[in-house]
Amino acid sequence: MTHNRGVSLYRDDGIVLRTQKLGEADRIITLLTRTHGRVRAVARGVRRTKSKFGARLEPFGHVDIQFFSRGSELVGRSLPLCTQVETLAPFGGILVHDYDRWTAGTAMLETAERFADHEGEPAVQQYLLLVGALRTLAAGEHRAHGVLDAFLLRSLAVNGYAPSFDACARCGLPGPNRFFSVQGGGAVCGDCKPAGCAVPSPETMRLLGALLTGDWSTADAAEPRHCREGSGLVAAYLQWHLERGIRSLKYLEK
Amino acid sequence: MYEGVVQDLIDELGRLPGVGPKSAQRIAFHVLQADPADVRRLAAALTEVKEKVRFCAVCGNVAQEEHCRICADPRRDAAVICVVEEPKDVVAIERTREFRGRYHVLGGAISPIEGVGPEDLRIRELLARLADGAVTELILATDPNLEGEATATYLARMVKAMGLKVTRLASGLPVGGDLEYADEVTLGRAFEGRRLLDV
Ligand SMILES: [Zn+2]
Ligand SMILES: [Zn+2]
Repeated sequence: MTHNRGVSLYRDDGIVLRTQKLGEADRIITLLTRTHGRVRAVARGVRRTKSKFGARLEPFGHVDIQFFSRGSELVGRSLPLCTQVETLAPFGGILVHDYDRWTAGTAMLETAERFADHEGEPAVQQYLLLVGALRTLAAGEHRAHGVLDAFLLRSLAVNGYAPSFDACARCGLPGPNRFFSVQGGGAVCGDCKPAGCAVPSPETMRLLGALLTGDWSTADAAEPRHCREGSGLVAAYLQWHLERGIRSLKYLEK
Repeated sequence: MYEGVVQDLIDELGRLPGVGPKSAQRIAFHVLQADPADVRRLAAALTEVKEKVRFCAVCGNVAQEEHCRICADPRRDAAVICVVEEPKDVVAIERTREFRGRYHVLGGAISPIEGVGPEDLRIRELLARLADGAVTELILATDPNLEGEATATYLARMVKAMGLKVTRLASGLPVGGDLEYADEVTLGRAFEGRRLLDV
């Protein structure tokens, strides 16, 4: 960061989470950055088709970006300006040609934005998770919804809400345990199970455990019905821990 | 906060797209100081547009009758449909004079994060238009940004089984922009060089 007569320049890496139109030709860009967490900034003139910036500041863009701020802090009273942008990885351009991957990626961006809910507050683990998940999604080696569920579970984990898929989340009884309680923290034993538990198939529990730990050989071998059941449990668990639901999850194709 | 009617005006203006609180205030005070005749003309134009203009029953473009001028024109090629997001994109493409077919206005682009899914756009109406087999080419001219691309991807996959030619405007349009800002030459060239979509 450099200071000069009340203005500051900041440089950071980030993923563009969302863009909103501003005035005639500008956009407000929301990014998850490596060192400043969630940042909103103004990008001038990017909706004119001649702007070189525009393509770089689209959602999913992994960028090296420079901000210009009028105050002494990046997140202050007025929004900083994006002054220089270089693309590190154009994930959006890859994802957009596959509707399943694009909708899964969109749900990741929305979830990352929700977990990094304090502007300017570092959320480096969330950032690294997002970059990794987008890279995996873009590589296309695993099914899109599996990559999404893995990202959602690990986002919950780094924010202190890791569910258990093995030992009982209440008493610690070693697994496998049959019951799954959203409110109870995941797998629960017969003694601890609260009312209204789900009883997923053991294969689904194993799949979710594999997604949480990154065991892709197990996850990739799962049957479609277990994948569907798993996605339902992940979504329910996520919605329980976030105040408002993740809108994009509704638009995933089953 | 201002008193009563002034604040009401600022609030109403502030709900317009692209108008922030500061601009709303500036416009409100401009109106306050303007000639009463000018303001009456503005108010009349607003009311009139709502009374007289509706959306074309076929393509969703703005129209003064049941059908818009383009759908009502028998000289327009009924075998080609150009899909756009907004009525203002129709205007932009008409300016190029490159296109002699008809349009279909979706009413936006798919944006899960904003809560806009395929069912919220005029996609069902588009499929209905394609059902009788008279259309042989579908040109996807959604905005050259990610949501526009994703909407084109979705549509291409949707109509794949129908066996028609599906094309996308050439990549001469830089990604990230709005179609309406493309100049006629660039947009015309993008039309000429449209490429076959394969999904
Ligand atoms: Zn227990
Ligand atoms: Zn029409």
